[in-house]
Amino acid sequence: MKVDNKVDEICELPTPKRDTELRQVWRHLRRNRLAMIGLGVLLVFLLCAIFAPLLTGYDPIKIDLGNAFKLPSTENLLGTDWQGRDVFTRILYGSRISLAIGLISVTIGMLIGVPIGALSGYYGGRFDLFIQRIIDILIAFPGILLAIVVVTVLGVGVENVMIAVGIASVPIYTRLVRGSVLAVKEQGYIAAAKALGIGDFRIIMRHIMPNCLGPIIVQSTFQIATAILWAAGLGFLGLGAQPPDPEWGAMLSKGREYIRTAHHLTTYPGLAILFMVLGFNLIGDGLRDALDPRSRKHK
Amino acid sequence: MYGYIIRRLMLAVPVLIGVSILVFAIIRFIPGDPARAIAGVHASPEYIEQVRKELLLDEGLHVQYFVYMTNLLQGDMGRSTFTRRPVTVELAQRFPNTMILAVTAMGIAAVIGMSAGIVSATRRYSLFDNVSMLAALVGVAAPVFWLGVMFQILFSVNLGWLPSGGIGTWKHLILPALTLGLATAALIARITRSSMLEVLGQDYITTARSKGLVERVVIYKHAFKNALIPVVTVMGLQFGTLLGGAVLTETVFSWPGIGRLMVDSILTRDYPVVQGAVLLLAVFFVMINLVVDVIYAFLDPRINYGSKEVE
Repeated sequence: MKVDNKVDEICELPTPKRDTELRQVWRHLRRNRLAMIGLGVLLVFLLCAIFAPLLTGYDPIKIDLGNAFKLPSTENLLGTDWQGRDVFTRILYGSRISLAIGLISVTIGMLIGVPIGALSGYYGGRFDLFIQRIIDILIAFPGILLAIVVVTVLGVGVENVMIAVGIASVPIYTRLVRGSVLAVKEQGYIAAAKALGIGDFRIIMRHIMPNCLGPIIVQSTFQIATAILWAAGLGFLGLGAQPPDPEWGAMLSKGREYIRTAHHLTTYPGLAILFMVLGFNLIGDGLRDALDPRSRKHK
Repeated sequence: MYGYIIRRLMLAVPVLIGVSILVFAIIRFIPGDPARAIAGVHASPEYIEQVRKELLLDEGLHVQYFVYMTNLLQGDMGRSTFTRRPVTVELAQRFPNTMILAVTAMGIAAVIGMSAGIVSATRRYSLFDNVSMLAALVGVAAPVFWLGVMFQILFSVNLGWLPSGGIGTWKHLILPALTLGLATAALIARITRSSMLEVLGQDYITTARSKGLVERVVIYKHAFKNALIPVVTVMGLQFGTLLGGAVLTETVFSWPGIGRLMVDSILTRDYPVVQGAVLLLAVFFVMINLVVDVIYAFLDPRINYGSKEVE
């Protein structure tokens, strides 16, 4: 399966253990021009999200019908929408929603998926078989479809989108961590820890999980990008954030009604999604290369 | 080999049962009174009661599921609460449209992706390689619904070359298929490139070249054939992702497929249709994965058919 292939690849990544290794990873990441571009893009979005009120004098929600459908100008950098709201302002505030959805939904996915994957890989046997069959069922749904199913049950809204996208991410983390745990638990030092009488919980937390951190970090970077895309898709379908929230997918969806007269209403929110997703993907690629000793040697 | 196929088929059975349970649960887990949610806010108490009886909501969950499965296996998915037509009829009308869109999108993706990947690999670090790999990065990151709208603005509104939506002639198919196929094309291009580069570094390619074979034969007959295995696998698996993307693309282009039917049904709270559409897409996705696994086993002789877990 697609998830399996990608996950298998990431599972094999080592985790930097000491400061010197962390520095080494950072040095390789810094040399990767594309990863640095991705980092720069994300920093811009982060600053926009934090300092949105300082960067614009407009209100993202307040309606001003006298200013509707203005084309981009020095006064309104990206024009105004059908209710006279400044598009640039709404995109700035929208970055808060997208970043929050990306980060929170991935955290939800991790909080559920990582422990299940770790226990499944560590204990194996029937428990592992049972968990893996459940994961098989969840993976039977293309990611966004699973998120749509969950939203259908929970109802529309940003919070429910976070939960839905988070749940749709669970199988990816479970498979990833299970794979990493399976690789680590056969190591000699785990057998030694067991022989010393150290408890399972401590072995998992102190000796196994630190070795799975690298793959989890890389996967999470990609997963945030995917979560942002899925959430924007749900917003576009009318199942995510509701008006008047400045969510990019919903903005784009409403802007479609005016593509003949005001295509700035669809172009810029879409570009914002693209750049944010690209930023996370570029860093993910960079981190994967930086953590992969084969790739480091190659460079 | 046949043992492997049978084992793989057997593994799909519990997954399909699990999928059916999850789909069955959609209605039952709606917060509040499911009968009221399905009947609508303004429904009369009599109609709400009728819905409750139709869905056996007063019975135990196991009874409800048993009846649901019995009906399902007889091809009865219930009736749309919106049109009152059988769900199977609604799905049967839309499914071929989704298939046409997805297959065409995959065809476009394969042609663009493989061509770009081969040229990029053979002219590594050239301008074409850099530009096409940058395009691939953007293609993967661009939201499919935004691409669709951009194509509508360019090719329908500004140039007037193609219709902006609907179904009818082959012209209606071009924009949605291109929109849906581009992200997959980007992925195929990246995988073809890396797979080709790996193969081109092998000794037998050097041998082929040292025998004096022309470069075209080396590339297409020796390298590409062997580089194809991961590409074909990814294409098969991407088909499921295409189905997910079809939900969005069909909405952009008013394409009357399963995806659009599903979204419309969610918005009108037509849950029996939502269930049917989700079930159909999920079962199809499972089947595709099954076929891909079997094809992969045929293509790659390194797979050990005797092992218990060959996934």
